Amino acid sequence: MSDLIKFKIDGKDCMAEAGKYIVDAAADNGIYIPTLCNMKGVQPKGACRICSVRINGRLMTSCTTPVTDGMEIESDSAEIQDLRKSIIELLFVSGNHFCPACEKSGSCELQALAYRYQMMVPRFPYEFPLKRVDASSPRIIKDQNRCIFCKRCIKTIKDEKGRSYFVFRNRGHKLEVVLDETMGKTMDEATAKLAMENCPVGSILVKERGFEIPIGKRKFDKEPIGSDIKL
Amino acid sequence: MENTIKQIVEKYNSNRMRLMDILIDIQESEGYISRDAITTMAAMLDMSQADVEQTISFYHFFSTKPRGKYTVYLNNSPVAYMFGREAIKEAFEKSAGIPFGQVTDDGLIGLFDTACIGMNDQEPAAIINNVVFTRLTPYRVREIVKMMKEGKPMEELRKESFGDGKNNLPSLRSMVSSNIRRKGMILSDDYKYGTVIKEKLPTMSPENVIAEMKHSSIRGRGGAGFPTGLKWEFCRRAKGEKHYVICNADEGEPGTFKDRVILTEKPELVFEGMALAGYAIGGDEGVLYIRYEYRYMKNYLEEVLEKMRNEGLLGENISGIEGFNFDIRIQFGAGAYVCGEESALLESLEGKRGEPRDKPPFPVEKGYLGNPTIINNVETFATAVRIVQNGGEWFTQFGTDDSTGTKILSISGDCMFPGVYEVNWGFNVEDMLDMVGAYDVQAVQVGGPSGTLIGPDEFHRTLGYSDLSTGGSMMIFGKQRNLLKDVVVNFMEFFIDESCGSCSTCRNMTQVMNNKLKKILAGKGVAKDLKDLKEWSKVLNPSRCGLGQTAANPIVSSLKNFRHLYEELLQKDKDFDEGFDLESSVQASCNYVGRVPVFNHH
Ligand SMILES: Cc1cc2nc3c(=O)[nH]c(=O)nc-3n(C[C@H](O)[C@H](O)[C@H](O)COP(=O)(O)O)c2cc1C
Ligand code: SF4
Ligand code: SF4
Ligand code: SF4
Ligand code: FES
Ligand code: FES
Repeated sequence: MSDLIKFKIDGKDCMAEAGKYIVDAAADNGIYIPTLCNMKGVQPKGACRICSVRINGRLMTSCTTPVTDGMEIESDSAEIQDLRKSIIELLFVSGNHFCPACEKSGSCELQALAYRYQMMVPRFPYEFPLKRVDASSPRIIKDQNRCIFCKRCIKTIKDEKGRSYFVFRNRGHKLEVVLDETMGKTMDEATAKLAMENCPVGSILVKERGFEIPIGKRKFDKEPIGSDIKL
Repeated sequence: MENTIKQIVEKYNSNRMRLMDILIDIQESEGYISRDAITTMAAMLDMSQADVEQTISFYHFFSTKPRGKYTVYLNNSPVAYMFGREAIKEAFEKSAGIPFGQVTDDGLIGLFDTACIGMNDQEPAAIINNVVFTRLTPYRVREIVKMMKEGKPMEELRKESFGDGKNNLPSLRSMVSSNIRRKGMILSDDYKYGTVIKEKLPTMSPENVIAEMKHSSIRGRGGAGFPTGLKWEFCRRAKGEKHYVICNADEGEPGTFKDRVILTEKPELVFEGMALAGYAIGGDEGVLYIRYEYRYMKNYLEEVLEKMRNEGLLGENISGIEGFNFDIRIQFGAGAYVCGEESALLESLEGKRGEPRDKPPFPVEKGYLGNPTIINNVETFATAVRIVQNGGEWFTQFGTDDSTGTKILSISGDCMFPGVYEVNWGFNVEDMLDMVGAYDVQAVQVGGPSGTLIGPDEFHRTLGYSDLSTGGSMMIFGKQRNLLKDVVVNFMEFFIDESCGSCSTCRNMTQVMNNKLKKILAGKGVAKDLKDLKEWSKVLNPSRCGLGQTAANPIVSSLKNFRHLYEELLQKDKDFDEGFDLESSVQASCNYVGRVPVFNHH
């Protein structure tokens, strides 16, 4: 705890170690900034844009921007909160999310954020895109309908050589996150479990497992997402 | 085949960072990148196969399926349509016997669409096996396809004379025309390349060079307009093992082609500018990152580099300055507009998908291979030479206070004389239209799709960083054009295709907005849709890079300046219409179960 610096979030005086990313620095000060693609301890890649804040008039993602001395951060304005809600809605309409039939319901971060932001009906029209479900691996199901392209699986699920099991395919609106066919065949149980855990939504599911924790007793059934960040 | 793949990978020392070159070579030698090639490559590079594939699938010119012995890429920019693209497309399809997006059964001919290839001043144009064919007509297309069917070599397919300027040099032999219609300090012929390196640099310290650049107030010519002197200074000060100079010749913004012309007519000026930048920042390696559409210039540009090495303008202890070493290599892209974004360019240069990086850190601190790097536009480097030659003070006499110097414009569309025009900043649109012979103008797209669409009541505005900022793309649309259908939709689809897909906003919002626009065009729009479009466009603001941040501009700027075009299409008697068509939506399921639905229409 050497180099402590001072900064402000929504006018509130805060302190943190220099060089920390804003999300983490905010959490240290009891302020919750929503995230989806970010994972503590993993190199960030601002993909979901939900953690956006305003600094000096510019929108910046707080999971990728280190806090600096004297920084003034705006996070709780009506504009930014609505932007975050819009992004959640956008993710819902651009995939196919039927929560009641989803194994991840209750421990899904996207769903939890939708509750926290009180999404009722998305303002954007549903796209109902045609997406694939890949069940070729003996361990997992990769369901494209629910993928939000956070890259968490790509960054964290690797073999002993450092090769990723999951990668992107195509680009833009045709983007997919796919499992390497060969590596998917030999994936072990622990890796499969970790992949499912690291996926914030229900896009990676371990096969032949389900409802081990009953609905109603899952992580976000008890408390809204972000409740752990308090002083 | 396996041997060929192995040789190619070894040619690049089995270096994963050179994956782009490896893939380009395989694509060119085999016509596609097969499963076996991927397996071989992945093993040699110690990558997973899917990892190799993720790079392949990012780039438009890579393919895992054969694309034909003759592969036609037909430009689909709006200007191409204005000059008859529909007829050209039809002629290709009819004579080849396949629709676009396919390859003939015998594997002979493949027809594909492609985004603006930088030939807007000579449309309709297509790239066939890396050779650019310009000013196509249906007759020529039939002739070309006939010769393809006869298996004729590429040289025989061309019947046209070579283009103007250097396009007829033996190493270029291209039918592309440079169409230089107005010269200024960059395009003028009164500078002998090498003068600055030979006569000026020995008398100047790197700091002096940066000081002159700063004094000139030059800002980047690639679109974003960052002060160049400052960029070089930041980079010089940044700590790193090595410092790199990268020239951005991706030129992907539809409607711009001036970098093509600069690289054709004045490549020495650009390379000299890179060398002097290397001197200024303390870097000895330069890379020209150039779009694959300009592959036809490969031999020519390499020849120019070789000539400059022989003349001592590149190499070691250049101009007798102890320790001034600098050389340049050429890196081709493979069809991705976003790779013009500087950090995406770096990713591509490192053999990866062109996904922009999060900033900070900026490339001047952590760029190529994690080292301090400057990335500048082709025109910026060319201009730097004239600044160092004559001094920053001299430069400020051109242009305006906040936009010094000249700008090379790429002007195309409905005008008598499309081509490149070098003008002083501060030029106004009215004069520009008179300069190129454009009459009955309905609108001008300034700065390409990511710029703005303006109408006659704004033609008094001037070109400059504080008014109409532009990387140089100017597309002129006459009164006869349907702006929404033919221009705005085309641009939106361009962004949808070219988004890297990384940001939730840019990946999806472009599509959502385009769907709404199409709904309006289909006559299903209501007043609220216009409000929605404007509101929803804001969701793109938090996108990571300029592509997403400006992707709504075609709609936003046409909505602002041509609102009446939208209003004319709205339903007057309705407040609400979600654009849902029950009848067509249930068609597929009705057919499937064999039922005929009865709709109550009253
Ligand atoms: C999507 C996108 C595409 C771009 N394409 C180009 C390009 O083709 N050429 C270019 O010089 N700059 C391009 N830029 C701007 C570059 O990121 C960068 O600002 C520029 O190369 C810096 O050079 P300059 O300061 O000399 O203009 C693009 C930016 C974005 C966001
Ligand atoms: S992934 Fe989350 S949001 Fe999507 S269906 Fe499952 S629970 Fe619902
Ligand atoms: S599968 Fe899950 S973890 Fe992987 S990118 Fe998609 S949403 Fe993220
Ligand atoms: S804004 Fe678009 S192109 Fe840029 S990084 Fe995000 S998704 Fe990719
Ligand atoms: S959490 Fe920061 S961009 Fe996704
Ligand atoms: S009725 Fe099917 S999910 Fe609600």
